Amino acid sequence: MWRRCLLSGMAVWLAATSPALAFVAYVSNEKSNTVSVIDTDKWAVTHTIKVGQRPRGIEFTKNGKFVLVAVGDDDKIEVIDTATHQVVDSLPSGPDPELFTQDAAGKLLYVANENDNTVTIIDLEKRVRLGDIQVGVEPEGMALSPDGKILINTSETTNMAHFIDTATREIVANVLVDARPRYAEFKRDSSELWVSSEIGGTVSILDPAKRTITGKIEFNIPGLRREAIQPVGIGITKDGKTAFIALGPANRVAVVDATTHKVTKYLLVGQRVWHMAFTPDEKYLLVTNGVSNDVSVIDVSAQKVIKTIQVGELPWGITFAQP
Amino acid sequence: MIRWLIGAIGLSVVASSALAADPIDIRVGYLGQAGIKSKLSLAEQPSENDGIAGARLAIEDNNTTGKFLNQRFYLEEVRLKDGEDVAKAATALADRNGIIIADLAADALLKAADALRDRKTVLLNSGAIDDRLREQDCRANVIHVAPTRSMLADALAQYLVWKQWKRWLLVVGSHEADKLYADALRRAATRFGAKIVQEKVFEDTGGARRTDSGVTLIQRQMPVFTQGAPAYDVLVAADESEVFASYLPYRTWDPRPIAGSAGLVPTSWDAAHDQWGAIQIQNRFVKLNSRRMTARDMQAWTAGRMIGEATSRTNSGDPKSVFDFLKKPDFSVAAFKGQRLTLRDWNLQLRQPILLVDGRMVVSVSPQEGFLHQYSELDTLGVDRPETKCKLN
Repeated sequence: MWRRCLLSGMAVWLAATSPALAFVAYVSNEKSNTVSVIDTDKWAVTHTIKVGQRPRGIEFTKNGKFVLVAVGDDDKIEVIDTATHQVVDSLPSGPDPELFTQDAAGKLLYVANENDNTVTIIDLEKRVRLGDIQVGVEPEGMALSPDGKILINTSETTNMAHFIDTATREIVANVLVDARPRYAEFKRDSSELWVSSEIGGTVSILDPAKRTITGKIEFNIPGLRREAIQPVGIGITKDGKTAFIALGPANRVAVVDATTHKVTKYLLVGQRVWHMAFTPDEKYLLVTNGVSNDVSVIDVSAQKVIKTIQVGELPWGITFAQP
Repeated sequence: MIRWLIGAIGLSVVASSALAADPIDIRVGYLGQAGIKSKLSLAEQPSENDGIAGARLAIEDNNTTGKFLNQRFYLEEVRLKDGEDVAKAATALADRNGIIIADLAADALLKAADALRDRKTVLLNSGAIDDRLREQDCRANVIHVAPTRSMLADALAQYLVWKQWKRWLLVVGSHEADKLYADALRRAATRFGAKIVQEKVFEDTGGARRTDSGVTLIQRQMPVFTQGAPAYDVLVAADESEVFASYLPYRTWDPRPIAGSAGLVPTSWDAAHDQWGAIQIQNRFVKLNSRRMTARDMQAWTAGRMIGEATSRTNSGDPKSVFDFLKKPDFSVAAFKGQRLTLRDWNLQLRQPILLVDGRMVVSVSPQEGFLHQYSELDTLGVDRPETKCKLN
């Protein structure tokens, strides 16, 4: 709170020269072919950037200078300069890129290409394609282990989490999870890998060392039919103690005790909640609501929705620059 | 000769599959009818491989998954000619394949099912929409992937009622299948509060579907045929036999929308469906088959995917374990319909949302919002547990 007051005070004070002291989020709008820029000081959209067709996966580069956005229907990844809010370049991905992840050094980009069952590796500096890895049908979720040695890819129709050795670029293990796995997230200490299954309606907890499922999170919302509960985006706090899971058309975000894997609370957000991102200070969590065309702001410690921000049509992905 | 050879290879692989390193071979048969029924619209004329093409894609998808599980899938396709003995063909196919995707008419499907009753063979019905196959004529060895007529009719009725088009003019063709569809539509009207203000029968007097001066004649016939009807909101046509329904849009005496067998059509799949990741399977299908995907293709794909789901989860290609897995209460499959599809345990019918399409776009997807059910909203479509006449076993 103190920090926010201070920040906003400074923002007024320095308004003329540097208005950008607050955190900035970039949201991809799948239907409007735009990216909305949200200022967390004003909790408002400050810029709307025109991008290619069907923008979904979105992430800051490690140096914070650019935002990468997968524009699936144009079969490429566009590069937005955060200083000018302009698309300045594009990267060669395979057909229909959706989600991607970068190595810690920000040199390599791993992209899931839904259309040809491959993961593509791109050299970010040279902006060239280094190679492809054959995975299951409809690759989607992508995550790198904190030590960078294992890349996880989930395939939506094969229903697996593929473990890929980043040194050899070979699959070393495959773990069957529930139907339509969409998103994968490691705990920072590498103790657990979480994989959400949209149609299965569960989140599988995997032991990354043993490469087996050790637990499953199920969701039960009174008055809501089972088919409507469709977990997608996952956010785990840095200390590994609390997790948030977007439940799609259930219009709720589940709050999970990440130690016991028990759901402690359901937060009502907008319609068809997709993905999420924490502010770098982890005070707030922003989630994209696909059908209601807005972003809900969750106060992480209070576990309450405090605000809703209107963005473009069908918001999908969201990313924050790390300070 | 080659068939026997394949059979022998199959047997030897089964015998040695106890060794961990050997791949599991899963042999799937596809039993369909040769010859394609003609459609009124040339643009809708089905391809020779309608249905089978979907099974082929499922086998390809299963083999991609199978790479990681050491499972290999094979598809053997048999097409029955008119008058060919279906029981004999099914038995021969079952000698080599433990699981059969059947795209057959109702009577033929029953013959196949009864011929295989004492075997472990699993039959997946991907073609027949007849309610009786899930009711009085249900069989314990058949899983129904195709929706029923009553599911299709209910899906349409829910939308028409939501739209407040509650007064229907029902036009029924003169063939048996048309009458069955009309029965389902009448039932749907009663269930969801629509009123059939009048029924008309369109007699099939024979004649060619394609003629050089067809349009002129049709333009005179259709307005006259629909003249003098009581006030109605929508004309609902039951014409599975493809005799007249596609002639109705823009030609009725009163300017009214058409639904049922033309206009707004309920279906399990459409080439225009792109929601819920469907664009991915549409692209894969076009890449493999150089044409767009039909409902029959999708039903066969779903059957093939269900087999793949079972073999990957059970790590077995044994037909009995596949069947047992599919019948388990927690079985579900993803098929690009926005929610999990499950099996009705009382008659082994796959629950599924139904698309309402106009030939260019998906207009809506049923069940419609607000049609509630104590177990699954998908059970607002078709014959529900309390009404079923099916006794399995």
